[in-house]
Amino acid sequence: MAPNSPSMGRFANAHGRPLPTRRGASCTLPLAETRLREEAVRTSRDVITQRLLAALLLVLVVWLLLVPLANLVVRSPTTALTQFMNGLSYSLLIFLIATGFSLIFGMMNFVNLAHGAFYMLGAYIAYSIVGRNTNNFWLALLAAPLAVAAIAVILEWGYLRPLYKRGHLDQVLLTFGFAFVFSDMVRAIWGADIRSLPRPPQLDGTVTLFGWSYPQYRFSTIVFGLAVAVLLWLLLERTRLGSIVRAGVADPEMVSGLGINITVVFAAVFAIGAALAALSGVVAGPILGMAPGMDFDVLIVALIVVVVGGLGTFSGSFWGSLLIGVADTFGKVLQPDFSMALTFAVMAAVLLLRPAGLFGRPEA
Amino acid sequence: MEAQAELAKAKARVAVSSRWIVPAVLLALLVAAPFVLSTYWLKLLTEVLILGIFAMSLDLILGYTGLVSFGHAAFYGLGAYTTGILSVRLTNHAGITLPAALVVAGLAALVIGYLSIRTSGIYFLMLTLAFAQVLYAVAFKWTPVTGGSNGLSGIPRPGLGIVPGGGEITPPENFYFFTLVIFLLVFFGLRRLVNSPFGHTLVGIRENEARMAAIGYDVTRYKLAAFVIAGVLGGLAGVLNTYLNVFASPAQLHWTTSGLVMVMVIIGGAGTLVGPVLGAALVLLLQNAVSSYTDRWPMVMGAVFIIFVLVARHGLVGIWRAIAARMGW
Repeated sequence: MAPNSPSMGRFANAHGRPLPTRRGASCTLPLAETRLREEAVRTSRDVITQRLLAALLLVLVVWLLLVPLANLVVRSPTTALTQFMNGLSYSLLIFLIATGFSLIFGMMNFVNLAHGAFYMLGAYIAYSIVGRNTNNFWLALLAAPLAVAAIAVILEWGYLRPLYKRGHLDQVLLTFGFAFVFSDMVRAIWGADIRSLPRPPQLDGTVTLFGWSYPQYRFSTIVFGLAVAVLLWLLLERTRLGSIVRAGVADPEMVSGLGINITVVFAAVFAIGAALAALSGVVAGPILGMAPGMDFDVLIVALIVVVVGGLGTFSGSFWGSLLIGVADTFGKVLQPDFSMALTFAVMAAVLLLRPAGLFGRPEA
Repeated sequence: MEAQAELAKAKARVAVSSRWIVPAVLLALLVAAPFVLSTYWLKLLTEVLILGIFAMSLDLILGYTGLVSFGHAAFYGLGAYTTGILSVRLTNHAGITLPAALVVAGLAALVIGYLSIRTSGIYFLMLTLAFAQVLYAVAFKWTPVTGGSNGLSGIPRPGLGIVPGGGEITPPENFYFFTLVIFLLVFFGLRRLVNSPFGHTLVGIRENEARMAAIGYDVTRYKLAAFVIAGVLGGLAGVLNTYLNVFASPAQLHWTTSGLVMVMVIIGGAGTLVGPVLGAALVLLLQNAVSSYTDRWPMVMGAVFIIFVLVARHGLVGIWRAIAARMGW
């Protein structure tokens, strides 16, 4: 997966805006000698506090998660393996969401708060396609992401594009408004009941390996997710479109200066990101089900993943998804009451040690 | 010559008095409100004041400092739950529940702020959102203490008496005045704050953080201070809400609450103090009007919000200023 490959490094700050400075230390203007010294003392004190806090959080994680996990592995290795596979399939589902989210951020430099809504719309549209009309999961797997991509194109073209001249906050606010509208629209159309997509009959069995059996559908999810991840990586690293996208992430003005229509690329990235989220929604439908509020739940998970992995990086969202997905799954099994808190402890520890995420390059 | 000087003086006098007339009339209306309004509308007005405090507190960091927090509900909910839990288990005396809740909200703001302000922009937005969702999960799951998904009910009304349990602020008018006094204290306190050197520093950080750091301001500390003040005031709004409704619910910690208060600030006009209050009033009035016709209130609000973001980014205050400029006032 080429972690930390330079071409997919950190993308922010290439937009000609002043770099955000952390506690002024990186500023280049001359400061009085004493102030510099004060700054150095305070910075080192801060660093010590941060490391202590991070260590504390990690001890908490080890105590609440890793020790019971070791126990489980010794006591019942097959259960541990099953849970690990569950974590893996969950990871790949959130990877599909996080990577589009992260790419949109890297490219257009705003947080798409409607990204969870794309996931939700994908799941519900698939529900309508499968349930009422065709009973064909595979059609839904194809059609729902396309439908959501069409919605995303309209959203980008009609509402976001006029705002590119303004600050990024306006775009965030706009996507937030749409998140509200979509969330309520789903409630209006499909109601507030908890629903679930039927599994495709072809994948209804179990896989058995050395006496250990595992649901076929979940297994296929892992294979499918990995395949999509590899395809995406190839698309980004090995094709002309991918190199344009990567260049656009690094410096959109330069790319448009080279005669590439950057607005079209923006729209394409936005639509692909939305389609990936919708795809995840369809695939997750039979496992995680659908209910109002799922959009923001998933958005929060995507946020955590990209914060942990590093915003705007492909490898960051991949490894971040694996870490958070597996940790969250085991957390739910081993510490049902604290699973959410454990995930956040992991995130806070990562942020304290590496504010730009595991795979993000440090700011400034 | 003399006539001209006289005219200038008169104009100045009018200007001075008109500067005072509008606030004075508004204050008189607010004081007279309980004697005119029905119980229903009085409760709505009380809610406007409470959410006005909440929105102003967010505006201190959003509009003045430029910190886009998406988790301001954390402090609102903490204030509400601390008051509720203390009232149920210990005492309903506002002299205890109110300061305790403010301390809890302030401490939470210190921790969340310390961790979040290390990051900037987008990361900050996401971190604050994430922390608020953690608190939501806690309130939702920790049923023995918080009442879980049903919310915390059976909270006694707040008391201000000398004898424990006595002096309940029961009649709606009394509670309205209680809220009004706190609201005015917060409003004028914040006005002083934003006009002070501290407030100007915050605006400087919003406009150009690197330059403020270069001049020698410790921007991290200023931001943290603003964040904590905003957290405490957000908690205060939560306390008042619990006093009013004698109920605390996990919905108060949900992201929709953070979103709603941000909508109020943006619709009203970020970077002003009147704006957020106007925004709170507009959102609540709209909600009341729309809810009696349809259940699709969030959709309507989302649409109104989108329209404001697209065409009236400076909110109601911005619209008013544009009209005033055109009319030459």
